[in-house]
Amino acid sequence: MRQEVAGLPRERKAARLRRPPWRRVLAGVLNYALLLAIFAFAVFPFLWTLAIAITDKTVGSGISIYAFPQSLFPKAVTLNNFLEVIEKLHLGKYFLNSVVITGLTVAGTLLVSALAAYPLAHMRFPGRNLTFGVIVSTLVLPTEIAFIVNVLTLRDLGLLGTYLGVVLPTVATAFGIFLMRQAYLAIPSTLMEAARIDGASEVQILWRVMLPLSLPSLTALGIFTLVGTWNAYFWPSVALLTNDELLPMSVAILKLKGQFNYDSFNVAAGAVIMMIPVLVVFFLAQRFFMRGMEGAVKG
Amino acid sequence: MKRQALTTTLIAYAFLAPALVLMGLFTFYPVIYGAYLGFTDYTIADLAAKEPPRWVGLANFARVLGDPLFQTGVWNSLKYLLVVPVLQIASLAVAVLVNQKLPLMGLFRTSYYVPVVTSIALAAVMWDWIFQKDGFLNWSLRLLHLINWEGRFSWLLNEHTALWAIMLVTFWRGFGYYMVLYLAGLQSIPAELEEAATLDGAGAWQRFWRITVPLMKPTILLCSLLSTIAAIRVLEEIIVFTGGSGGPLNSTYTALLYVYNKSWGNMLDANFGVAGAAGLLIALVGFALSYLNFYLTREERGGRS
Repeated sequence: MRQEVAGLPRERKAARLRRPPWRRVLAGVLNYALLLAIFAFAVFPFLWTLAIAITDKTVGSGISIYAFPQSLFPKAVTLNNFLEVIEKLHLGKYFLNSVVITGLTVAGTLLVSALAAYPLAHMRFPGRNLTFGVIVSTLVLPTEIAFIVNVLTLRDLGLLGTYLGVVLPTVATAFGIFLMRQAYLAIPSTLMEAARIDGASEVQILWRVMLPLSLPSLTALGIFTLVGTWNAYFWPSVALLTNDELLPMSVAILKLKGQFNYDSFNVAAGAVIMMIPVLVVFFLAQRFFMRGMEGAVKG
Repeated sequence: MKRQALTTTLIAYAFLAPALVLMGLFTFYPVIYGAYLGFTDYTIADLAAKEPPRWVGLANFARVLGDPLFQTGVWNSLKYLLVVPVLQIASLAVAVLVNQKLPLMGLFRTSYYVPVVTSIALAAVMWDWIFQKDGFLNWSLRLLHLINWEGRFSWLLNEHTALWAIMLVTFWRGFGYYMVLYLAGLQSIPAELEEAATLDGAGAWQRFWRITVPLMKPTILLCSLLSTIAAIRVLEEIIVFTGGSGGPLNSTYTALLYVYNKSWGNMLDANFGVAGAAGLLIALVGFALSYLNFYLTREERGGRS
């Protein structure tokens, strides 16, 4: 459906062709000029950062990142900045923290959402609609005042400044449960009945029937959660206020920059290291991103 | 039969248990308790001494509303709302632009979305360099003969430009997101409508105003409200660009930064009661806007079907 609509209808194409050629050329040039200008605006910060990150700062004395246009096109290229930032600033440690926090969050979100969505989609029990209503209502709850109390709760539980303290408050989301419920609803209930007649337990049905059939939604939820958690700044910086050692890269990268002896070339290298996993995931999973967003509108 | 119903109920709640426990503990309880704190006096010293919060009624609300810093915050948050119309008009325009079938269009669409998946920390690092006194922004403005090089300044350290500079970053990180939402809306417009209009001799401009905009109204409404709520709740941008100070000269101090600084940002005068009251006030505005969102979009759907 979408593919068809994206193509120009024949009539419009015909109308275009009837225009004088110079107008078509002009329209094309204008289109691409605009597209390129927006492209430059969108990706310039990344390209400049990449250029700084691979600049060999030992070539020539006192290379500055502000020397334009030289800093956009480095004369000598090196990977030393990456090695330096990993060794000197212990970037490896922060990278690992990010991996652990993101991994736990994605696993937790998928598990909690996949479990909770099943009864909401395919079981009849008292309180079902109320439970679903309560979960969905968290979408509009005023979260501004929640983080104060969450820190107090984590402290009382002895989880403040731990990986679990960062992860646990974020894994149960209305978005995840809602998304999985929609996926399960699309699965015909005759499949479940057949499995039940064969003597399968509910856990087996969930594991053998529902999850394999809702793999696209699970993947999409996993990708959204991964990117969101990898990039999260505010919550980890609050939850790990008391323990710098466990900070993820998203918070650490700004700490690095704040240090009085910071080196822009190293910070840029750190930024590139942090960006790579998200960009890889993004390019592999573009379709899920775009579709997920479109689904959000069409509802 | 009854026993089976009971078993199903037990299994259902066993599956729901992790979600309900976590949401109860980390979403419902904090929201309710945080709202309660807004009516109490509870300082960081009380917390350390394990004193319970003291009920003070509406005193915190009077204090917050009378605090010049909060008033500045509200004013700056209102100014921040100016990003909403600019962001929405630009995103819709870009969506129309990339909705054409031209070579390389997939590449452009994808690259416009990349800022959306960038963390605020990276955006802060990169844009901070751009906004520096010797940064790329001033350099390009000089290239275009728009500024006097001797009078150049750091955009983030000037109280007249800091908020606008941060708004530009919000714009940069947001336009790809809304572009995709608008693109989805554009692609759901039946092609026959456009064809018919073209045959009737409507130009591109007329088609845009007579067909695209009216049919996109629900999407425009949804995106505008999403971005309004996001603008009111903007916090990370301010924290990472100003180190949480809201400077220079409080020119980037927003209402939500007030909540942050009254709770964790500034340990010395942290008062969870005051923070809770301010948070509640902002939350009420956000809640009202969410309600408006539901109300308006429901009205739209009813009208169309």
